Amino acid sequence: MSDITDLGVAALRDGIRTSKFSAREVADAFIVKVSRAKALNAFIVETPEHAIAAATAADEAVAKGETLKPLAGVPLGMKDLFCTKGVQTTAASHILEGFKPVYESTVSQKLWDAGAGMLGKLNLDQFAMGSSNETSYFGNVISPWRRGGGDNAPLAPGGSSGGSSAAISARLVPGATGTDTGGSIRQPAAFTGISGIKPTYGRCSRWGVVAFASSLDQAGPMARDVKDCAILLENMAGFDAKDSTSLNLPVPKWEELLSGDLRGKKIGIPKEYRLDGTPAEILALWDRGIEWVKDAGAEIVEVSLPHTKYALPAYYIIAPAEASSNLARYDGVRYGLRELAEGQNLQGMYAATRAAGFGEEVKRRILIGTYVLSAGFYDAYFTQASKVRTLIARDFENAFAVCDLLLTPTAPSAAFALGDKSADPLAMYLNDVFTVPSSLAGLPAMSVPGGLDAGGLPLGLQIIGRPLDEQGVLNAGLAIEQRAGFTARPEQWW
Amino acid sequence: MTDSTYRIHGETGEWEVVIGLEVHAQITSNAKLFSGAATEFGAEPNSQVSLVDAAMPGMLPVPNRECIRQAVRTGMAIGAVINKWSRFDRKNYFYADNPQGYQISQLFHPLVGEGQIEISLDDKDPEANVKTIGIERIHVEQDAGKMMHDQHPSRSYVDLNRAGVALMEIVSKPDMRSPQEAGAYFAKLRAILRYVGSCDGNMDQGSMRADVNVSVRKPGAEFGTRTETKNVNSVRFVMQTVEIEARRQVEELEAGRRIVQETRLFDPDKGETRSMRSKEDAQDYRYFPDPDLLPLELEDAFLEECRASLPELPDAKRRRYESELGLSAYNAATLTADADTARWFEALLAESARVQKKGENEVARASANWLLSDLYGGLNRLGKGLDESPVSPEGGAELLALAADGTLSGPLAKQVFEIMLETGEPAGKIVEERGLKQTSDTGAIEAVIAEILAKNPGQLEQYRGGKEALFGFFVGQTMKAMAGKANPAVVNELLKKALAG
Repeated sequence: MSDITDLGVAALRDGIRTSKFSAREVADAFIVKVSRAKALNAFIVETPEHAIAAATAADEAVAKGETLKPLAGVPLGMKDLFCTKGVQTTAASHILEGFKPVYESTVSQKLWDAGAGMLGKLNLDQFAMGSSNETSYFGNVISPWRRGGGDNAPLAPGGSSGGSSAAISARLVPGATGTDTGGSIRQPAAFTGISGIKPTYGRCSRWGVVAFASSLDQAGPMARDVKDCAILLENMAGFDAKDSTSLNLPVPKWEELLSGDLRGKKIGIPKEYRLDGTPAEILALWDRGIEWVKDAGAEIVEVSLPHTKYALPAYYIIAPAEASSNLARYDGVRYGLRELAEGQNLQGMYAATRAAGFGEEVKRRILIGTYVLSAGFYDAYFTQASKVRTLIARDFENAFAVCDLLLTPTAPSAAFALGDKSADPLAMYLNDVFTVPSSLAGLPAMSVPGGLDAGGLPLGLQIIGRPLDEQGVLNAGLAIEQRAGFTARPEQWW
Repeated sequence: MTDSTYRIHGETGEWEVVIGLEVHAQITSNAKLFSGAATEFGAEPNSQVSLVDAAMPGMLPVPNRECIRQAVRTGMAIGAVINKWSRFDRKNYFYADNPQGYQISQLFHPLVGEGQIEISLDDKDPEANVKTIGIERIHVEQDAGKMMHDQHPSRSYVDLNRAGVALMEIVSKPDMRSPQEAGAYFAKLRAILRYVGSCDGNMDQGSMRADVNVSVRKPGAEFGTRTETKNVNSVRFVMQTVEIEARRQVEELEAGRRIVQETRLFDPDKGETRSMRSKEDAQDYRYFPDPDLLPLELEDAFLEECRASLPELPDAKRRRYESELGLSAYNAATLTADADTARWFEALLAESARVQKKGENEVARASANWLLSDLYGGLNRLGKGLDESPVSPEGGAELLALAADGTLSGPLAKQVFEIMLETGEPAGKIVEERGLKQTSDTGAIEAVIAEILAKNPGQLEQYRGGKEALFGFFVGQTMKAMAGKANPAVVNELLKKALAG
């Protein structure tokens, strides 16, 4: 065995269970890796003591011969959008800098209850708004990947769960939580050559997750492979009475039922996703993906999602609208930053606090959201976007009448260099073009690595499933994974 | 009923007033609308605030079933349409007492649709002067917290105890045409809420308050521009607000000015309404569906359960008191105007019927009369409400039974009651210990009568000479001599015999 940190969630879990190594050895190995990777800026806060405590508990359970919890001793990274009791939770913002919740998010609590430990709070785009991790108050996350050929330009790890994707692909953590509002799990997974699944809206509780756009936000796991995603998702999902939008359904045994056999499955290829200007490499990967699922026994059908082109505009109305309202609570009155100059009134305090506390992208979206909800524009924008959303959901329903799953690229490009798109918000928003429609429809969707582009950067394939069919999505993901043979990993330069 | 004849006499002739009320009623519930925090009145500031109420990051609202139930029951009590599908919206605005930066309300799809309330303007005959006031909707929403600006020279404090408390906003149609109608509507609404138990109606604790919409017009003309006077918290103030604001509007219009659609404030001390803010600087609330909450979908079983739990409502109770108990219209109306009074009366009635072994209809009149005159009179003198009465329904029933079986005469009963009020002792004990029993002992009464006749030979002669009006004089003297304890019927009979010689 080379290095413990080369192992994924399943291997670590099984190794601890069979006493191949102790949980403490696992924790220590990852803690060292985390501490040596400052150059990636993937963590906002490191919590070695948390990981060690979970490891100690796991080792004691092993020593006593107790039945181990499902994730006993497995250390994870926690996206800093999840509130963690007593541990700074910032959503990568200045306005929440120093905020230590007195409560634990349902998803993180479930993971701790399953025996997992926390290596730290992972960096992200501020309030999960961004596709490149350039909007964090705590600085950009740097992708561990680099283009070949001596090009050492720092690359974007994707966003918003870029700290998660960077940490996993750099082997700083075996798995991490992410949240996906319009692609924030899938796009960074694709950019860094890892797997990530956004489950059906309502599968994972949003309680204790700093809200971006409530009707879209959904937590999910990110890990190195499909099986690890299945394991983590099983321990994150489940009904929560504290979230009114939570689905009151049992959590399926996704890991146990995992199978790469796609015989009898019909996989739809949406023709509208073949956008003009999509790089040939992406299209070639898509074609390879089609061959792989065929090889796994699936039948391919062409389907139409006619409202696809309206998805991005609708998303960039609905998400900012909800965000403008969700972020109103950060007002300097009860917690977080307060800017109050001498002689200022309440309005002055709001203005100064929010001006200082929010980054540019967050402000941009608050302003867009405020505008589209304002009297006189509401019907023209928000109502219209809500109708489009319904039409997009119907597109998927129609498609799923003739197929079981959809296969598409995850993102329209490989990772770009930091700074490349940050000056052009619209170009940045286009990154979500393939991930947003399924978000608007609340569907489960996953990205798995399919191969590398000419520059040696990972490219991802996306599988979209029917509501609640995470199993189908994971199975197709596994079928692709088995055939893609993706073993590339970033060379350690940090 | 005929249209209201209430008119404001201006220089240019008569004006009619048009009134609509938006009543905010706090829903009786142990917990807030979207969190488990307590709602007790008068608690230490910020002692009843959950993470949700304080809008901590990541916190989510979960609707409180009891609050929804109470609003549905209220809707049913006013014969309203209950919308099986309703939805919560966010009303966005910034203020320090509004922690989330939005209020969760139901602008677009309220829980309760159209209903109505009957009001009466005639105390003596509640069926005579009845008017139906339409109700547009009842929606459920959360209250805001409270700002305190008087605790520190340069700082303001925020108390979030009320933040998130469940309110019903009950919106009437502009169907009222006089201060009396507005007052009667507000009072009737309060009575219904208290019967249903969906709001305690404690206006001095802010449980119920009205925004009063007033406009004036020449009779029969189009509606005029209205103003909204906020947070009026008593029946009297509602009536005053209408009167004062309507008068002000007439003066404005007759002076050639325009009524500005605005929010106003009622100042009871100065007897005026003042402008708070005008429509021009109105907030843009940016309503949209709350994405944290699924639409509210009510099932038939839930609605059935709500309907089955409704009590008898004031109008039905009043009619039953008249028809089944034989009470006068006035007494029936008075006893049913308030849920607590009716409850008290019914306890008294049941106990009276039990101890006297009679039907409720046989003891109803005496019970009603005693409650409305003796008990109310006594409590008035003590400055107490029915809920603080030293005499319980059981105590009252015992007293009424002693009067009914002849143990106590009317005057004796009043005397015993006074002692009960003072000491809280039961009637039987007072009668026993103080010897206040009425006597029908003919021997004793005859002896007293003989004495009286002997002492008043002049009056006796006049009586026997034909001045029969003196009979009362002899009754009075006898009763006085017997310290009020003689049975008046026996006294009458024996006196007649004795006077006849």
